[in-house]
Amino acid sequence: MRQIVILSGKGGTGKTTVAAALAHLASQEASIVLADADVDAANLELVLSPQIQEEGEFAGGGMAVIDPELCTACGICHDVCRFEAIIPGDEVYAVDEFGCEGCGACGYACPAGAIEMQEQLDGKWFRSRARYGPLFHAHLFAARENSGKLVTLIKNKARDLALERGADYLLVDGPPGIGCPVIAAISGMDLTLLVTEPTVAGAHDLGRILGVARHFGVPALVCINKGDLNLRKTEEITAWCAERDVPVVGRIPFDQAVTQAMVQGKPITEHSDGTVTEELRQVWARLKTGFE
Amino acid sequence: MIITVASGKGGTGKTMVAVNLALAVASERRHDGRMLFLDCDVEAPNAYLFLRPTFNGQEEVTLLAPEIGLDKCTYCGRCAEACNYNALAVVKDQVLFFSELCHGCGACALVCPEGAIHEVPEVIGLIEEGSASTPLADLDFAHGILEIGRAIAPPVIRQLKRRIHPDGLVIIDASPGTSCPVVEAMKGADFVLLVTEPTPFGLHDLRLTVEVARDEMGLPVGVVINRDGIGDERVEAYCQSERIPILMRIPFDRRIAEVYSEGGLVIEALPEYREQFRDLYQKIRGEVDK
Repeated sequence: MRQIVILSGKGGTGKTTVAAALAHLASQEASIVLADADVDAANLELVLSPQIQEEGEFAGGGMAVIDPELCTACGICHDVCRFEAIIPGDEVYAVDEFGCEGCGACGYACPAGAIEMQEQLDGKWFRSRARYGPLFHAHLFAARENSGKLVTLIKNKARDLALERGADYLLVDGPPGIGCPVIAAISGMDLTLLVTEPTVAGAHDLGRILGVARHFGVPALVCINKGDLNLRKTEEITAWCAERDVPVVGRIPFDQAVTQAMVQGKPITEHSDGTVTEELRQVWARLKTGFE
Repeated sequence: MIITVASGKGGTGKTMVAVNLALAVASERRHDGRMLFLDCDVEAPNAYLFLRPTFNGQEEVTLLAPEIGLDKCTYCGRCAEACNYNALAVVKDQVLFFSELCHGCGACALVCPEGAIHEVPEVIGLIEEGSASTPLADLDFAHGILEIGRAIAPPVIRQLKRRIHPDGLVIIDASPGTSCPVVEAMKGADFVLLVTEPTPFGLHDLRLTVEVARDEMGLPVGVVINRDGIGDERVEAYCQSERIPILMRIPFDRRIAEVYSEGGLVIEALPEYREQFRDLYQKIRGEVDK
C-alpha cells in the first residue's frame, strides 16, 4: 500500500480540490481509502457525498476544574500554569476554558486537592462510504485543542482499513500550516504532494512545508495550482524546486470551472474535461511513478 | 482597539485584507496613537512579504523541556503517567522523550518523586519586530515564526501578543482553521473580522469560525466577502439569517490577484480601494461601539 498526503503550508492553494480529483482518478484504476486530516475545517466531505457508516466520539484531553468549596485562593495553581489559564480571584480561583491545555499540572500542585481534570468531548470521527472509496473524516468541536491527536486517530483508522482490504493507496488530504495537525498527518507517509500557488506567499510557505517534509524524511513532489495567474512566479518556483531536486509534477491552470464544480459538490475531474482535468491526469500519472 | 482578522478556510484573503486595512487606516491618521500589526499566523507568516518591515529586534521563544537526571531516576514511570501529551515513555531502564509532543507544562517535573527532572529551555520559535514604512503610512510590525518540525504554535502567539498596548490600534492576522492557534489569536480581541469567499468551502468554514468567535468566545464578528461573484449566494443568505453584518465586498478582480501574487499592496496599486478599506474600518468601529 502507498500512502500519500497532500499538504501546502499556505491555506487555500487547492489541496482539497486536488485531493478530490486524485481520489476520482485513482479510483478508476485502483482501490483506495481516503482520510480528511483537516479536522478543523473538513471540506473533502463537501465534494465526495459521504454516507456515514460508523461514528465515534473523540476525547482528546481533559480540562481543569476548580472546586470553589475546596479552593483556598493560595495561588499556587496560577504560579504553576504556563498557559495563563488560571484566573485569580479573592476567594476562589477559576480556569479560563480557552486557555487550559489540559496538562494537569495545577491539579498536581494544588495543596487543597481542589482541582480535578474533567474529560471533555472534543470532537467526532466518521467512517463513511464516499464516492470513490471509504472516507475517514472528523469534526473537531469549536475552539478545542488536540487536533493532532484527532488527525492521528482517523489516519490510523484509515490505514488499518486500507491494510485489511489490501487497498492500493491511502490518500490523505492534509491541513494548512506546519504545526501539530500537519506533523500528525505527515508522519509515517510514503510521499507528500505539496500544492502551491504562484504568489510570494505561496512560494514562501512552500519553503516552510518542504522543510517539514525533509525534517520527517518524507519525499515530496510539487504541484503549482493556478499556474497561469503569474507565469513568472511559476517559473521562479519551478527553478527553486529544481535547485532542491524536488520534482514539479503539475501546473494546473486557473479555471472558473473549478469553483463551479465545487458549487455542484463534485470534483473538477467529474465536472469538466477541460485543461484542469487534463493536467490533473498528468499529476496522477507522475505521482504513481514518484514511488519508483 | 484590537481587530483580529480570521477566516477558517485558508487562502480567502486574510492577509490581503489585514495589511490593506492596516495601511488604509494608518494613512488616514484618524485613529488614536500608533498602529501595531501582529502577524499571528506563526506557521505561515506572510504579512511581512507585503509590508516589508525593517526589523530591529528579535527574541527567541522557548519551551521548558524535561531533562532526566539518570543518576536519580528510578524509572518509576510517574512522569510518563502525568504527561497528558504522551511526550514521555518509560521502558525498563530508559526514559524516552518526544520533544515535538511536549507542551512544556512542567507536570513531569512536578510529580517526579526523586526530583530527577530538570527543565531546560528549548527554542521553538522566533519573534521579529520593527516597523514598516510605505509611501502611504508607517506602522509598527511584529511576527512570530514557529520553527520547522515544532508542533505547538500557541506559545509563540502568546509571547508575540505581549507587545499589545491597551490604548493603541492593533491588527492581528490569524492562521486558518478553528483550533488552538486561532483561539489564541482571537483572545482579547474587540472585534473579529472574518474573511470568506462565496463558495461551499468558504461557507462551511465561515460557519465554524462564527461558532468559535461569536458563539464560544462571545466576540463581535463581521464578514468580508472576497472574490464576490465567483460562486453562489449561500454565504450572503447565511449572514442574513445569522444577522452577521457584511462589512465589505471585494469583487473578483484579476488585478488584485496579480498585485497580491507579487507581494504588492492593493491600496497602493489600485487607489480606488483605499476609501473602501477606510470605510471598512469605520464600519468595524460602528459595530464595536454598538
